[in-house]
Amino acid sequence: MNETAARRRGALARFWRDYRAQRTGLYGAAILAVFVLLALVTPLVTDPSGLDVTKATGPKMAPPSAEFPLGTDESGRSILLMILWGSRVSLLIGFLAALLSMVIGTVTGITAGHFRGWSSAVLMRITDWFLVLPSLVLALVLAAILGGGTSTIILAIGVTSWAATARLIRAQTLAVEARPYVERSRVLGAGHWHVMTRHVLPNVAPLVLANTTLTVASAIVTESTLAFLGADAGQASWGSMLRGSYDWGAVTSGAWWYVLPPGLCIVAVVLAFTFCGRALEAVLNPRLRGVA
Amino acid sequence: MTLLEARDLHVQFASRGRRARAVDGVNLTVGEGEIVALVGESGCGKTTLARTLLGLERPASGTVLYGGAPLAYSTRALKAYRREVQLVPQDPTGSLNPRHTVYEAVAEGPRIHGLRDERERVASALSRAGLRPPERFFPVYPHELSGGQRQRVVIAGALALDPRVLVADEPVASLDASVRGEILSLLLRLRAELGLSALVVTHDLGLAWNIADRVAVMYLGRIVESGPVEQVLSAPSHPYTQALLSVLPDSPAPIVLGGEPPDPTRIPGGCRFHPRCHVLASGKAAEAGVDGLCRSQPLEILPSSTELRAACHYARARQPQL
Amino acid sequence: MAVTYRSAAGDVPAVRGVSLEVAEGEALGLAGESGSGKSTLAMALLRLLPKSARVTGEILLDGEDVLRMNWGRLRAVRWASASVVFQGAQHALNPVRRVGEQIAEPLLVHGMATQAEARTRVAGLLEQVGLPAWRARSYPHELSGGQRQRVMIAMALACSPRLIIADEPTTALDVMIQAQVLTLVRSLIADRGIGLIMISHDLSVLAATCDRLAVMYAGRVVEAGPAREVFTGARHPYGRALAEAFPTVGDPSSRMAPRGLGGDPPDPMRLPGGCSFHPRCPAALPSCAWRQVELWPADGVAGDPAGHAAGSTQARHTAACVHVLPEPERSEPERTGPGTPEPGMPEAGMPEAGMPEAEEAGPEAAGGQEVPNAPSAANASGAPDAADIPDDPGAPDARPAKESA
Repeated sequence: MNETAARRRGALARFWRDYRAQRTGLYGAAILAVFVLLALVTPLVTDPSGLDVTKATGPKMAPPSAEFPLGTDESGRSILLMILWGSRVSLLIGFLAALLSMVIGTVTGITAGHFRGWSSAVLMRITDWFLVLPSLVLALVLAAILGGGTSTIILAIGVTSWAATARLIRAQTLAVEARPYVERSRVLGAGHWHVMTRHVLPNVAPLVLANTTLTVASAIVTESTLAFLGADAGQASWGSMLRGSYDWGAVTSGAWWYVLPPGLCIVAVVLAFTFCGRALEAVLNPRLRGVA
Repeated sequence: MTLLEARDLHVQFASRGRRARAVDGVNLTVGEGEIVALVGESGCGKTTLARTLLGLERPASGTVLYGGAPLAYSTRALKAYRREVQLVPQDPTGSLNPRHTVYEAVAEGPRIHGLRDERERVASALSRAGLRPPERFFPVYPHELSGGQRQRVVIAGALALDPRVLVADEPVASLDASVRGEILSLLLRLRAELGLSALVVTHDLGLAWNIADRVAVMYLGRIVESGPVEQVLSAPSHPYTQALLSVLPDSPAPIVLGGEPPDPTRIPGGCRFHPRCHVLASGKAAEAGVDGLCRSQPLEILPSSTELRAACHYARARQPQL
Repeated sequence: MAVTYRSAAGDVPAVRGVSLEVAEGEALGLAGESGSGKSTLAMALLRLLPKSARVTGEILLDGEDVLRMNWGRLRAVRWASASVVFQGAQHALNPVRRVGEQIAEPLLVHGMATQAEARTRVAGLLEQVGLPAWRARSYPHELSGGQRQRVMIAMALACSPRLIIADEPTTALDVMIQAQVLTLVRSLIADRGIGLIMISHDLSVLAATCDRLAVMYAGRVVEAGPAREVFTGARHPYGRALAEAFPTVGDPSSRMAPRGLGGDPPDPMRLPGGCSFHPRCPAALPSCAWRQVELWPADGVAGDPAGHAAGSTQARHTAACVHVLPEPERSEPERTGPGTPEPGMPEAGMPEAGMPEAEEAGPEAAGGQEVPNAPSAANASGAPDAADIPDDPGAPDARPAKESA
């Protein structure tokens, strides 16, 4: 099976070549790489004790200085330190919530697409229900009921954002199921599980990947929004920093160093994920790629 | 020895609120080691009949029998049936998952059925389908193959289960003329070497002439004429068969039937072919005194028989043994 | 004419030096398997190929070179002088517009009719193709396959073109509907003096519809001539294989004996040297591996190299096969070909199955040394620029083929 491995490598190389042609995708990937790297090395080079209000050493609401490159907050904590540690929370919640959302969406979509009839109808009505529900409000309510904590926020975001994915995956599943090779597989004796895992899943996987990337972006926005509205994970995140800056009137007092860094970080990461997602879509989605 | 049999088979669909009688009473047998061609225009129900024989559609009434026993539709029984009766689909390109290599495509059946010695099975199936040496084709993807090779891979995928009957739906319609003969020869060779039976669904009478022992001509859900290929295609009795034969490119006097094949939601009364029948239109039926019957008296369902049979009042007026 | 596709992996020659012509009221059948370049050739005639394709040579439509036309002229020509009937009628029609509007579209686009005139014209066209006029108000999905194909033909006829190019017009259709469409096509050419180029892989269909046939293999015409002659007495082994692929029902020799051709069509990127058909050829000689034979008279009439060079090839039955050459030429090893020919090629005892008539090919052939490659017919080489053969549909002087020397 050496040749198979070589082919896989070839396919990967081809994918990378196509992806490289997407300039915005490259920018997005570069930005992401920087943020992920920072988030990974932060615990190695900084001390989280500086996040503790009681242990903060700096002056209150100080503008950027040599000691505090991005200034300090109302408790004298370093904004830079909070940004770095906040990126860990924001990215973690973004990734895990998107993952949860994609798992629910993919399973629902494939199931609804594969089994026709009433089970599909029921699943799709549930999907529609989630689709029309104001998901932010639902997430707020969920977070309030389930209590604080990172996992709660992940759950709240994941459970409210899968519906659009499910619709997309179902449509793709229906298209795959109409292919003659699925019928051939049935005639060979294949059951539902075989058809779904061997034929449908590999065909919708690229779509799922591209969609996940986009979902991460929206999950980070939702996390920030929830944190801003008060439902935070109990740790400093970009959203909770914005909340803090609002509570302490950072804008009116001209403390731009408190508002801009978390805001710009959110914009940058979300844009980066969107760029990557669009680029992946262009490379992987056969319909956008034209004749394939 | 009859292997696969359709007995008084009816299959219906709902079509735009109407009931389409796609298969409207068919008796058909495929004997052991026999190749039967099922010919007819698109929309005559031949593909539905083939799918029903494969257990992909359930009949509204009537039975599919395999080895004399009626086909059961439980998941387990159908899976066991799949090892005996296999499909050769029309479009080999669409029938192969582009993400699977030839090896994976052929091994799919054995894997589903949990058969042992997968590698040997795949290799032997590929070489029986004429892809030699088989190992060279293992890592190849379908898009790297020609149309004829793809059809061989699909056939190998069916052979990997050691079936006894192949149901081939237009096996060469999407292939180039030059490859056509190769694939048909393969079917003949499989019959000679493995004793495989085949039901070949086609609109191509030349194909029937090339490889079939018996031919059944289908019109609007019924078999209107059946019998040994030499008899049916050299001296057709049913006007519909005559018309089909007459429009082949080499024929001297084509009888081009007007209109499209009629709608299975609206099957005409009397003989179902009478609105398009050239024998009736030319007045020959009236000379034989059967024109009234043609318009009003439906013909009974032809029994399955290896003899020449035709469901036509006019033909019977002249040859009562039909 | 030659067409080369530029792809990431290098240039792909799809058509390699082909000369054809069609006169008014004449039907030319273009046969070959997929990948033989037949569809590429047809699309090239109206410059319908993607940008990556490079077309060289000349395509003369009523004496005007299509390749040198500007965009506006080309657009006008595309419907008004020559039009195309595509393969899949279900995909070539817009599903959300009534067929009448679609037939009228070219008329309105080219400003050839007002709305009201277009409506009457559409009704007339539908009648011509055997559909009732009220069908103009139908949507494509309401029509059957054969009716859609008729609509396609009506569209092609809308601007009264001088040439119709039909790419596999009946491939997806049943025998009965195929017969209807072919009857229609035949009567249209006869009645209106339209030139027709019909493309198919089914030689029997072409033979029944067309006056002349050209068989393509690997981007070249390997056999051409009057349709019946090519179909029943093909001289090129590939032409013969195509002709035998669809049996005559009732012919005992084809009963239980389907005939086909082993092997696969060659990869245009890696064409075999010499005659590109030789790896699949049942009657190949050792010399076929490096020797490429040009079209040569194959009608059993005295093979006259002079006449050949003068260009009466279009009307005559010709084949590009070593077995068609007169005897002395056949065994003479190629001298100008690539590579060094092995000396002392076996000359006697060649398999000449089915080729006895080749003997009739006249004594005068002895005069032309290296004739197989020498005739300065324009399609003499695979090099794209060497081919500049006109395709003269409907030109009054089209008959005496003027192959520029």
